[in-house]
Amino acid sequence: MNLCPLGPVGAGRAAFAVMFLVAWEAAGHTIFDPEFLSPPSAIIVAMPSLLSDPLILGALGQTLLQLAAAFILAVVLGVAIGLLVGLHPVASEASLPAILLAYSIPQVTILPLFVLYFGVGAASKIAFGVTHGVFPILLSVIVGIKACDPEFIKVARSMGASRHQIVRRIIVPSMIPGLFSSFRVAMSACLLGVLLAELYASTGGVGYYARLFSESFNPPATFALVTILTTMAVLLNEAARRLEIRASAWRTTNGGESI
Amino acid sequence: MFAASSWKSISIRIGVLAALLIAWDLAGEAKVVNAVFLPAPRQVVLRLFDLVQTGTLYENLIVTVSEFVMGFGIAASAGMLVGIVIGRSRYATLVFEPFLAALFSIPIIIFLPLFLLYFGLGPASKVAFGAVYGFFPVALSTIGGVAQVDRNYIRVGISMGATESQMFRRIYLPGALPVIGNGLRVGCILCFLAILGAETIAGFSGLGTAIAKSSEAMNTTEMFAYIIFVVALAALLNASLSAVQKRLSPAGGS
Repeated sequence: MNLCPLGPVGAGRAAFAVMFLVAWEAAGHTIFDPEFLSPPSAIIVAMPSLLSDPLILGALGQTLLQLAAAFILAVVLGVAIGLLVGLHPVASEASLPAILLAYSIPQVTILPLFVLYFGVGAASKIAFGVTHGVFPILLSVIVGIKACDPEFIKVARSMGASRHQIVRRIIVPSMIPGLFSSFRVAMSACLLGVLLAELYASTGGVGYYARLFSESFNPPATFALVTILTTMAVLLNEAARRLEIRASAWRTTNGGESI
Repeated sequence: MFAASSWKSISIRIGVLAALLIAWDLAGEAKVVNAVFLPAPRQVVLRLFDLVQTGTLYENLIVTVSEFVMGFGIAASAGMLVGIVIGRSRYATLVFEPFLAALFSIPIIIFLPLFLLYFGLGPASKVAFGAVYGFFPVALSTIGGVAQVDRNYIRVGISMGATESQMFRRIYLPGALPVIGNGLRVGCILCFLAILGAETIAGFSGLGTAIAKSSEAMNTTEMFAYIIFVVALAALLNASLSAVQKRLSPAGGS
């Protein structure tokens, strides 16, 4: 008899989530001081005032704008450089070492450098986000071009296609699924870059406020903001994932690997 | 695909690196670029030696390394334990693995203010943050590793009357080890980077804090010296992890 529409697995997940929240709530009132460890109830109470605060809403908007700008720039730069490097074997050999070298540097160490160069405003956040997001896209384009089935190119050439036509009709479409897959990674990376920069040094944006609440010892507000950020990150990830699935719908073979 | 497969590509890479270094040096000498923004390589190297001699580098290095060892120790043990407990049961895997994967897919840096709130600005928050960051890859790969152990081996073990501990030591652990090894490697790197990031953003001591402090003092020479040292350290960590993984894995790692 199917009493529970969730199924055993879904029920298990729901049960775990509920138990976790209950335990958190209980711990917040018994073992820990509710002022110290915000139980979920305190966070829910703190949410409306937080969400209606124009400063916070402005900060959310600012972060999202910076993220959008960083992502768009990363896509444009990544695709442009990727095409330039990938389509010309000479350029590839020469610049690939430099690109891989740049990719292997732990970006978090040069964060203060970005703030030094671009200031404390939005520019450094966007720039740092771009450097995080450009590499997955760039490498995906290069790999996608390399992985294009040579049979297709042979067929096109035997039918008299010009180089320009081969690029536009064969190479570019075959690298699209991998490209959209890298968009998902790049979106995540851009968000990481923007948040890192905001947490380090900023005058606005969600990272700034999260740090402010943390340092002025305001647990409910910190938790609430972190919850909002987490929801935002999950939604962005889901959106990117859906887009990736839509774009890969025609792919029958496993070409165009993503990084 | 991008690994240097021949002496030719290795020499091209070293050549490009050398060319960049020379260009940097010339730009500094010709005063094309403001020395504050891009200090001359000679100055940076001199500063690096200076830091080593005065022991400042060592002090910061010790703090970072101890945070890293503690953080990754916690991450690895907790990750493997949780991973094995969950991975043993199909049901538990189906229930819990999506939670872990979803948590790992968001930038955990979001939670840093919470760590700073509860553990303070000192090393404790870095250890905790690094431990959490490194926990996820280890746990997820352990779950995956245990799940892909050949069912036949498990059946053979059960049919020969193996005890729980024997099953674990002789069948699950060796079977899952390559995958767990990969997760440990990723977790190690992520833990190190997370600790550096946490130090840079808010800390009292350690290499990341040193970079941040020298940046705030507009002391770019010292900042570059530290950056180069940290980059070399990260590369060393990565290389040694790859080497260890190659040595331990029976038939070609990943």
